[in-house]
This record gives sequence, structure tokens and C-alpha cells, in this order.
Amino acid sequence: MSTLSDPPKGSFRLSMLLNDTRYRSMTLQVIAAIILVSALGYLYSNLATNLREAGLNISFGFLGSSAGYDINQTLIDYNSQSTNLRAAFVGILNTLLVAFMACITATILGVFAGVLRLSNNWLVRKLMSFYVEIFRNIPVLIWIIIIFTIMTAVMPGPREFRGDEPTASMFMDLFAFTNRGVYTPAPYFTRGFGGGEGSALNWLLALAVLVASFFGARFMTKRANVVQEATGIRPNTLWTNLAIWLLPITVFCLILGLAWDIPVLKGFNFGGGIKIGGPLIALWLALSVYTGAFIAENVRAGIQAVSQGQTEAAAALGIRPRRVMSLVVLPQALRVIIPPLISQYLNITKNSSLAIVVGYADITATLGGITLNQTGRAIECVLLLMLFYLVISLTISTAMNVYNSSMKLKER
Amino acid sequence: MAEAAKLQVSDEIAISIQKMNKWYGTFHVLRDIDLTVHRGERIVICGPSGSGKSTLIRCINALEEHQKGSIEVDGTLLSSDLKNIDKIRSEVGMCFQHFNLFPHLTILENCTLAPIWVRKTPKKEAEEIAMHFLEKVKIPDQADKYPGQLSGGQQQRVAIARSLCMRPRIMLFDEPTSALDPEMIKEVLDTMIELAEEGMTMLCVTHEMGFARQVANRVIFMDQGQIVEQNEPEAFFNNPQSPRTQLFLSQILGH
Amino acid sequence: MSDTHEHSVAFVRTTEIPQQTAPSSAAGPVKWMRDNLFATWPNALLTVAAFYVIYLVLSATLPWILGGLWTTSSLSECREVLQGRSAACFSVLTERWNQLLFGFKYPAELYWRPTLAFLLMFIALAPVLFFDLPRKLLIITGLFPFAAYWLIWGGTVWIPVFALVGFVAGYFVYARFVAQNFAAGFFGGIVAAAVVWYIGGFAVAALAPATPFLEAVPSRDLGGFMLNMMLGLTCVSLSIPLGIALALGRQSSMPLIKWICVIFIEFIRGVPLITLLFVASVMLSYFFPPDQTVDLFVRVVIMITLFSAAYIAEVIRGGLAALPKGQYEAADSLGLDYAQSMRLIILPQALKISIPGIVNIAVGLFKDTTLVSVISMFDMVGMIRGPILASTDWNGVYWELFGFAALLFFVVCYGISQYSQWLERRLATDHR
Repeated sequence: MSTLSDPPKGSFRLSMLLNDTRYRSMTLQVIAAIILVSALGYLYSNLATNLREAGLNISFGFLGSSAGYDINQTLIDYNSQSTNLRAAFVGILNTLLVAFMACITATILGVFAGVLRLSNNWLVRKLMSFYVEIFRNIPVLIWIIIIFTIMTAVMPGPREFRGDEPTASMFMDLFAFTNRGVYTPAPYFTRGFGGGEGSALNWLLALAVLVASFFGARFMTKRANVVQEATGIRPNTLWTNLAIWLLPITVFCLILGLAWDIPVLKGFNFGGGIKIGGPLIALWLALSVYTGAFIAENVRAGIQAVSQGQTEAAAALGIRPRRVMSLVVLPQALRVIIPPLISQYLNITKNSSLAIVVGYADITATLGGITLNQTGRAIECVLLLMLFYLVISLTISTAMNVYNSSMKLKER
Repeated sequence: MAEAAKLQVSDEIAISIQKMNKWYGTFHVLRDIDLTVHRGERIVICGPSGSGKSTLIRCINALEEHQKGSIEVDGTLLSSDLKNIDKIRSEVGMCFQHFNLFPHLTILENCTLAPIWVRKTPKKEAEEIAMHFLEKVKIPDQADKYPGQLSGGQQQRVAIARSLCMRPRIMLFDEPTSALDPEMIKEVLDTMIELAEEGMTMLCVTHEMGFARQVANRVIFMDQGQIVEQNEPEAFFNNPQSPRTQLFLSQILGH
Repeated sequence: MSDTHEHSVAFVRTTEIPQQTAPSSAAGPVKWMRDNLFATWPNALLTVAAFYVIYLVLSATLPWILGGLWTTSSLSECREVLQGRSAACFSVLTERWNQLLFGFKYPAELYWRPTLAFLLMFIALAPVLFFDLPRKLLIITGLFPFAAYWLIWGGTVWIPVFALVGFVAGYFVYARFVAQNFAAGFFGGIVAAAVVWYIGGFAVAALAPATPFLEAVPSRDLGGFMLNMMLGLTCVSLSIPLGIALALGRQSSMPLIKWICVIFIEFIRGVPLITLLFVASVMLSYFFPPDQTVDLFVRVVIMITLFSAAYIAEVIRGGLAALPKGQYEAADSLGLDYAQSMRLIILPQALKISIPGIVNIAVGLFKDTTLVSVISMFDMVGMIRGPILASTDWNGVYWELFGFAALLFFVVCYGISQYSQWLERRLATDHR
């Protein structure tokens, strides 16, 4: 008895390589592999020849040598004597910093605009769609440049804050908006641990207090659920939650003596406080408003995807409008909104590479810009640069896949 | 008339299935299926959902792959040879539950597509054949419309005409009426009955027991991937032997 | 009404109740305002706030725009005329108009050539964008790339002619053999085209006149908005076939082919376009044969095409996934082979579903063509940031220039996305 898995005995012909379903895909794959390997081999031999003729080689030794350039905005210690590798790390941290900040503000802006686009107020609806269309249809590069130009050309220089009759003044005497960046008060602890004012230990403790508050609030919500399940009446958790969030951190700050280092004009520039550089702000704002427009569209589509019937069914059951939103509409809308939201986060990270046009020292500007130009190690730098973005993207998309599959499981 | 049709069965074997087995992963969907279909025979396959009846007829034109046993159609062994698969597919027509017409092509184009590209028929001739069969299923006037503009019953009749245009010697029907509104079932069944009277070899998965009584010369009952009972329609309906068949018939005829 | 039987439940209407106009509170502008602007107290506040925002924006920009100057020859002259008044100095646009559109190196006496190509583009695009136009117009679409190449770059006419002849020969061979076997037609077509191009290579060298009819312009002289348009159009059209191939490859049951496509797509989608442009500008030349130099323009086109192909592949994959499985099965059961069922059944439907997505990618890509300014190509943004703002005449005219660039991109992108929405509505109601 011949079956699909047994070959007809003793009758193998060469034509079966293409005509037999058992061999066909193998044959095609072998052909594809041969083409792929020869194409790669051709490119590699070109590369080897070209490098040899130019007297170059591939080596990552330059990462260990001194970078020789300054970076004005750094999160870790860095000076021009530091290595190229450290410069790249400064760049990575700066990329992550601006991407993280932009993700948060873009989400807030996007959710806000997306919800308002569904408002029953005609004017607000039109205004929001104007915002969305304007920002979606103009290149982000132009937005970055425009906002950076506002930062540098419109904001007053520090010297305009000087003199008896200054042409510019600090906002509430706390913030200074200048063309070099924004100066904000910096918090520090007068009675902190670890001696110095800026000891990281204090901040970790503050974070721990907030995390504890988070779990406390979670516990209260759970307890409210338990009470509701047992008695049918949900206790009001608003005030207890507020207290759980605010009290511990306030007490913590009072004990350690939180104080603010307010920026003041010293000579021709501001001192004290925290300086957020103009390029960072321009990039951050541009990415936020640009991506916010896209997120607004996702949010609107997500809410609209929940059919009117769902709202009506919930209303017919007698659930009040506020609860309809949180119990019926949002859980369904989030399932639609979150996947594109995450890919917008990915877009923010990738678009942050445009930092190079405003001179913000992200990974593209350090490793792919100055280091590349100074060392001439084009291939190595570009490869490392791609590797970094690839790692970020794969991490985020893995997270997204995990989320999607967990959502799918709940569907069944 | 139905009696007359039943006499046309010849001794020639159209389909021969021997000890055929199929698994989905570890799930054994078809177990030791043995089935011989003679030319001109009309077989109705019924059974509860998930009994493997659709899978069985989908194996016959290699839409599903079987793992053990043999299927021979018109003397061609269904093997892994693409040429054999192509040969069998062009000899065996199939109608689906959801019609599966090509929505981007007109009715006429739906019917001429396969004759032109598979049978290499000249376009003009293919169109003549198509119009012939569209007349046969009584919708020649819809030839230039798109499937989306037709009712379900009309679509299913187009699907039958589309298969017939390939001049198949065997027709497979996979629940052709179960996606239709009640008032449209009759027009499709009438077309199928007409086809049966012309002596077409048919394998039909359906729950239309009236159709089975009228045209089938064999009814097969499947359950859990096995052929449980097969008999001539009169005997099958009036005197089912297996308790599973009795239960099934009482459920579908009982109301 | 009263003529019905009073004490019986049976009722037959014998008189018609005439339609009455709605009370003014249920229709008309008052009702509209109440519903849409002042439905609730918070809503009314929102309306007032929105009006205030609009007032702020307009009061700041309108006088600036309306009082703008169009005829001065430099910023200092402009400031003199304005005498401290705050108004736009649009004269930078009129004075540098050609530079903004064509770049600063394209010969001024040849501006008519890209302009003509630009006008031809509309005729070529029309049958692609609007299905109702006669299909014969697609011939113009097919001829357009060669005509546009010749117009913009100039040089001997034989290069585009032989390129075209190669395509035509390839197509005829394909059409001759495709009915028998897709692979034979496809590869036969490629071989035929390659043969024509190979012969053409010698023929062009022999036929090229010393002074061509259209003066040759090197591609480093291209610039301005023209460069954005060229990059956008070329890369989108080249990336669609590549994207289809990648999408089909990703759907393949053959693991090797599937994984090649997955890795390629995920790699491209994982890195920013700017790194790919770095590859084009500093790295790609190492991968070409040693004795060959490839234009920066071509290298950029290669990288942007690969970039958008990966995104288009994902859109088309969505279209393929949206097709019911029954379509594949029906094609199989009729005996169509893989190439036939893809070409005749699956792709026509999947591509139609994907069109709006592809248009979105195209809009995004067109916006991204401004990134080439980072690798020192002088596209519109590159022109503004480079030669124009650096010139002594116009140093400091930010708003007018970037506002103009933004407006130009907005008009094009908004137009395309409106078209896409129109198409989406049409496809949704289309019986096909």
C-alpha cells in the first residue's frame, strides 16, 4: 500500500525534485540558500577588496580610545578624556531619556486630544482634528527645527534677565526660560543620608516610599472589592487612597528636610537648579506633539471600535455612565489602543535619532556623528548604532507580543 | 425518476479509498476509512459535526493531506506528485459551504478562470462553456455581475457552474446548503438533483435528508472519524442498525 | 380620528395626519448651537476657551501674514521697510523660489525640464489613482519614468530608450510563456530584458552623440522640493513589488524563505531611517564592485526603497491575512497552481484591501525624505538650513521659510491622505 509518506519504490526521477511535494520545498529552499550565500559572498568579497585597497580594516579598538570631544548634556560623568565607549553610553542614556520623556507626554497629549476629538462640542472637535492633521502631515524633522528655532530665537538670552530693568523675568522667580535652555529648581535633602546633598540613596528611599504607597493603594482597592463582593456595597476609597499616596511621602520629605535649589543669575548665566538644554526640550516637545497626534488617532479609533451597542447594553442594564466607561468601554478599547500605542513608542525612540539636527547628544549624534567623523570608523559605528536600535525595538516588540498573546487568551 | 437515475451506476470505479487515516497533530480525525465509489454513484455523507465528514471529502482532492492509506481517483493515485494532484483537482469539482466565489471577478470570469488557466482553453470557447453551464443553473442573465450582487442561492449555483466548467467527472459538495436561508435551499437542491439525474458521480456532505432519499443511492453515516453505517437510503432511514445512527436520525428528524 | 369605533380595540386609519414642522428647539441653527456648542455648562466653558485659543492664534499670526512683504531683496531691506513693525518677510520665498524647488545647482535655463516632468506626473498618476479612467492611459504611466528620467537628467536619449525596450521585451516574453508556466515566463522575461540591456550598453556607447539634445545634469545638482518628490515617488513605486515579494515570502511554508523575509523585515523596521541613510552615505559604497562608483542619489534610493519595502510588506501581509481561507481553497480545488492563484485570485484582492495602508506608508515616506538633509543632500529642508539661511541676505528668516516648507508638505500629505480616505470609502461600498 503506497501512502503519501512512502515514496513509490525504486522510481526516483530527477524531475521529482520539482514535481513532488515532498522534495519540492526542499529543492526551492536549497536554490534560495545558494542564491543568498552567493549574494552575501559577493558583497563580502567586494567589501574585503574595497577595504584592502583603501588600507582599512574592521576593528572596534577605537571604542577604548579617548573621545576628545565634550558633551553638554550628560546623565553620567563624562569629559573629553573619556573613551568613545563612554561617549556612546552617554548617547544611549540621552536617547532613552528623551524617548522616555516624550512617550509620557505624547501619551497624555494623545489621550487628551483623542478623547476631545469625540467630544460633543463641535468647536473642540474641529480644533482637535486641526491639531491632528497639522502635525501628522508635516515632517517631524521640520517640527523639530521649528520648535528648536522657537527655543533659540524667541526665548530671551540670560543677559536679558540682568540689570535694574530686565527685559525678561523668571517665571514665579523659580523657572527661567532662556535661549540656552530651561532652568528649574532642583530638589535636595538637607538632612539626607550619606552626608552629601545629592546622595542617590535618598532618592532610592523616596522611590521605595512611593512603591510602598502603590502597593498600599492596591491593597485598599482589593479590600474594597472584597467588601463589595461580600456586602454588595463598595466603600468609598477616594480619601483613603489620597492619604495613602500623599502622607508617607510628605512625612518622608519633612524628616529628611527637602529643599529646593533655585536657579539664580550669576554673572552672564544662571547657576544652581537643573538646566534642561534647549536641544533636549525642542526634541522632547517636537516628538511629543508629533507623536501625540498619531496617538490621538489611535485612541479615537480604539474608543470608536467599541460598538455603540456595548454602551447601550450597559446602560440598559442600569450601569451609570461613569461605570460604563470603566467597566465596559475602556477594557475593550484598551485592547485596540495598546498595540499601536506601543509601536508609537517605538517610533518615538527611532525618531529621537533626529536629535542630530538640533545638536542633542543622543547615540546617533555621539557614536554615529562625532565619533564616526573623528575616527573614520564608518562601518563599525553604523553597525553598532543599528545594533542598539535593534535591541530596543526587539525588546519592545517582544513585550508587545507577550501582551497581545495574553489578551488573546482572555478572549477565549 | 429518482429510481431511473439510480440504475445508471456502472461497474467502473471512480474513487477508491483504502485504509485511509488522518491526524490533526495527535488528534485522529479519520480512522481506517474504506470507501469505493462507482461511476455514476451519488453518495450522501452525514453525521454529527466534528465527525470528519468534511475532512474526508477534502482529502479526496488533496485540500487536506492524509497520512496513511491510499486514495485513488479515476485510476490516479493521490501521491505527493504535484502532477497527480493537479490532474485529480482538474477532474474533481468542489462546492463549498461558503461558496468561495472570487469577489473581484464577474460571474463569467469566475467560471472561465480555471478553464483558461488550467485547461488552456481559448477565451472565447471558455466563455461559451461558461454560458452553457450558467444557463443550466438558470442564471445566464447575471453573467456580468459580481458575486456580491447575487443572493446566497444564486452564488451557490454559480459555484456549481464554476466547477462544472472544468468538465469534472466527480463532484464533491461540502454542506452546500447549510449557509443558505431556507427559501434558497430548494433552488440549489434542484440544481444538484438535475446534476444527479444526468449521471454525475457525486459525494455530498449534507443534512438534507429529503435530498438523500430522493437521489442518493448510498447514505454513509460517520461518527468520530469512522464510517459507522452505510446503506441504501430506504433501508438507512427506515431501519438504521447502529444505535449511534438511530440517535442521530432521531435528533435531526425528530422535530 | 374620531370616526373610529370608540369602545372597540379594532382600529382602521381613514385620515392621514399631515407632517408638521418641528418646534424651533428641535431643529435649525439654535438647536444646532445648543447641541454642539452649549450642551452643558462645562461644554459652554470649553467653547469659550476654544474661541479664546483661536483668537490668540489668529491675532498673533494674521497681521504677521497679511502685512508680509513680497518684493524686497534681502532681510535688511525688509526690516527697513517694516520699521520695527512685526510682519512676515515673504520676499525670501519669491527671491529664492527656484532654489527652494530645484536646489541651487540645477541650471536655471533648464528649469522647464523638471517642471514638464512634474506636469507629466499628474497625467501618469491619474489612471493609477482613479480606476474609472480608461485603462489605456496606463501606457502613459509606463512611459513616464523613462521620460521623466530623460527630462531631469538629460544626456543621451538612448539610455532610457534601451531601458524601456528591455522592459517591453521582458514583458512580451513573459506574456508569451506565462500561460504555460509562471516560472518560465518570469525568468524568461528577466533574461530577455537582461539581454536587451546588455546589448543596449554597447549600443548606447556607439549611438550617444557628443552633444546630446538635452544637456546632461549630474544628480548631485538635484535639490529642493524636486528632490523630495523624486525620492518619494521613485522609492514608493520601487518598493511595492519588493514589498509584495517580501509579504509572500513571509507567508511561505518554506522555513528558510520565511525566515530570510522575517529577519529582513524586522531588521529594517527595527532601525531608524537615519541609520540606513548613514549606510547609504558612508558604508554602502564598500559593497559595490571596487572599480565602480555609484551615485549618492542611487545609494539613497536603494536604502529608502528597502526601508519602505519592509513597511509595505507588513501592510500587504495584513491584506493577505484578511482574505478568507476559502479563497485559497477554492483556487486550489480548481487546480490553479501557486503562481496562478496568487496572481489571479489572492493578490488582486489583498492589494485592494492594502491600498489605504500603502498610501499611509507613502505619506510617511514622503515626509521622511526630508531626512536626506542630514547626510548633506540639499532637499527642501537642506536648502533652507544650508544655502538660504547661511546667505548674508536671508540669515534669520526662519518662520517664512519653515512655514512655507511645512505648508508645502502639508498640502501634499493632506491631499494624499484625503484621497486615501475617499478610496477607503469607495472600496467599502464597492461591489467588487
